[in-house]
Amino acid sequence: MIECEDLSKKYNGDFWAVDGVSLNVQPGQILALLGQNGAGKTTTVRMLTALLNPTRGWARVAGYDVMKNPHEIRANVGVLTEQHGLYMRMTGEEYLDFFGKVYGLDAEKRKKRNTYLLDYFGLAEAARRRSGEYSKGMKQKLALARALIHDPSVLLLDEPTSAMDPESAQLVRNEIARLRSSKRTVIICTHNLAEAEALADTIAIIYRGKILLNGSLDELKRQVLGPVEYEAQFSEPFDAGELSLPEGVEVASRSATSLRFRVEAPLAVNPKIVHELTSRRAPLVSFQEVSRKLEQVYLKTMADAQGVPYAA
Amino acid sequence: MRRNWDAIWLVARREFLDQLRDWRIVVPMALLVSVFPFIADDTTRQAVSFMNRFGGDLILDNLIPFVILVIGFFPLSFTLVVALEAFVGEKERGTIEPLLSSPLEDRHMYLGKLLVGITTPLVFSFLSIGIYLILVSRRDVAFPSAYMLTLILLLTFAHAVLMVSSAIVISVQATTIRSANLMASFVVVPVAFLLQGETILIFWGNEDVLWFAIVGVTLLSGLLVRLGLAHFKREYLLGREIDTLNFKSMYTVFRDRFVGAAGSFWDWYRVELPATLGQLKQSLVIVVVLGLITVFASYAWVVINVPAYIELSPDRMDEFRSMVGDNLVNLDQLQNQLPAPLLFFYNARTTIVFLLMGLVSFGTLGLTLFLVNFALIGGVLGAANLVGFSPLLTFVVGVLPHGLFELTAVILATAAMLKVGALLVSPNTDKSIGETLLLSLADWSRVFVGLVIPLLAVAAAIEVYLTPVLIKMAFPFL
Repeated sequence: MIECEDLSKKYNGDFWAVDGVSLNVQPGQILALLGQNGAGKTTTVRMLTALLNPTRGWARVAGYDVMKNPHEIRANVGVLTEQHGLYMRMTGEEYLDFFGKVYGLDAEKRKKRNTYLLDYFGLAEAARRRSGEYSKGMKQKLALARALIHDPSVLLLDEPTSAMDPESAQLVRNEIARLRSSKRTVIICTHNLAEAEALADTIAIIYRGKILLNGSLDELKRQVLGPVEYEAQFSEPFDAGELSLPEGVEVASRSATSLRFRVEAPLAVNPKIVHELTSRRAPLVSFQEVSRKLEQVYLKTMADAQGVPYAA
Repeated sequence: MRRNWDAIWLVARREFLDQLRDWRIVVPMALLVSVFPFIADDTTRQAVSFMNRFGGDLILDNLIPFVILVIGFFPLSFTLVVALEAFVGEKERGTIEPLLSSPLEDRHMYLGKLLVGITTPLVFSFLSIGIYLILVSRRDVAFPSAYMLTLILLLTFAHAVLMVSSAIVISVQATTIRSANLMASFVVVPVAFLLQGETILIFWGNEDVLWFAIVGVTLLSGLLVRLGLAHFKREYLLGREIDTLNFKSMYTVFRDRFVGAAGSFWDWYRVELPATLGQLKQSLVIVVVLGLITVFASYAWVVINVPAYIELSPDRMDEFRSMVGDNLVNLDQLQNQLPAPLLFFYNARTTIVFLLMGLVSFGTLGLTLFLVNFALIGGVLGAANLVGFSPLLTFVVGVLPHGLFELTAVILATAAMLKVGALLVSPNTDKSIGETLLLSLADWSRVFVGLVIPLLAVAAAIEVYLTPVLIKMAFPFL
């Protein structure tokens, strides 16, 4: 579990790298922390791993206070750092074994975990090669295996799938999903919005050290982009101008062969709209929710924060 | 204990393996270790032969201990780069963060790196020395005694600890490998000077004196390790990316500490200065007690030992007395030869030298210089006793009048200097070494400006104008 309140970090006397961040991630939940480079993601993660002392606020990770129990936090948290941080002259096997010892695992457990992780990430064949000879993706997988070596209850992952090929990235996403199902608490910092959308239960967007948005994807979409949009498509031009739409429906756009509208309460209203269309013999081909991506939410939020118009 | 050692060894072992797998470290060092003893052997024989051709009286046997010391020093200076990049290298390669995020404690990482930093150069040094000793054993020269060899090997070990502990401190504080390597000269050059000093001790011929060098260097190394551990901060290794000298901020930190909360000059004297003096209690006690012990020890040593070296017959004592009398005649001219402002300047400069020596040695060298001065007082009083003057009267008229101010000033300055050194090696992870140094220097400056300078000014005036008169009055028979 990760909890923090008003977590803040000031550098060089006057620069707030993180300013008043409050988060709550429960076991079995994944939080995606999104933001530009330099927004404060890494500093936040470093405070949560007790590497940096907060200037203000508090945080508890895996049940321990970051200021009072840094050693316990480090022992219970798995961290994938921004850079893979591999020792290039060590083999993959040696590297995992070294960190297994660092985390105090006995020989039997180390062997078991090493074998499992090397097998899972497809590194078993390369286990006896020096990591300096690995491809970028292999290095990233080995670094992730290091973060998982002690089977931590909390994971803080910075760009977990960067530099990976699609198959490897999928493998990593599956592993993260498995961690969620085994009640681990996970924070991922990423620029890969599709990945965040696919994995995260909650999403926080950080800008210049402050959290601008924090919530589930649906909540963020509603909050930033407004009510859900639906689209009716027609097989031939249809004049929808005379439709009597129920109250609370706002037409977003229309063309000869389509009609888009926003609905606050789709469960109650959509059947009425479909009824109206069919009763007016509209050549209806499809009626579906318009897909809205996290990318739109993110870009709109950033545009608003920077005071520039959002180009949809 | 076992757990700590396991963790230290874990860090060290990984680094050992890393070094052994890096041909850029192994190959040059292997070449240096195997070739340098031959070069040193040949050069030494050529140098001795060359000097002797021009009437010199050099014997190769005498040079061998010195050459062993130099052969031991060379691999230390070359492999220093390993220690210099111990932390900053990992930082630059991005490998430090996983290590810092792990449950390893600060001391495990620090001492693990220190162990590797010391062991690698020492192995190369001792190998090189071993090859040279094999060469020496095949020549027609006297092989150094086992005692001398032990001392030289211990000294080489002490040099390794001193250099590596300094290098590790630099490695923690530096933000790039380049800046750390640039700092290497600040480690190598002082140790090279130290080596020259030790060489003089070896040529002097008294092997036992080398023990002082061994103990001194080991003490200094211990203080450096403590300094490094005291200021080791994970945050510092990650938080700072660029080295910038912010003079404005440095000035602000120094000024704020120096001025304190005082609203006026009077306030500063009444509140701030006593507060600083209050923090010096412990240092003052140490300085005063050591000073007194030194005066008495030096006095006793002169009184007991000097008669064994100098014959003190009645004629010889008369000779000494008349020599002192001649000097007292010159005392009348003291204000012309050494005006009070100049004496004040010399004394003030001496206290600054104490500080500077203290800064490079965490107070130990500054304190040593202070004790040397006090030993001189004891020695002079002992000598006065030997030639038949009352040491108490000599002290009361010759030292006390200006000494009341001068010794007080020197004691205060030394105590403040000692505090600077002590603060540097005290655990304080909230402040960087730079910050700690600035704050402690501001405290020292408070004492220096507020008390030492006024006291030295008064002392100089008394020493030039009053002390000669009092001496004349006390010893009219001269």
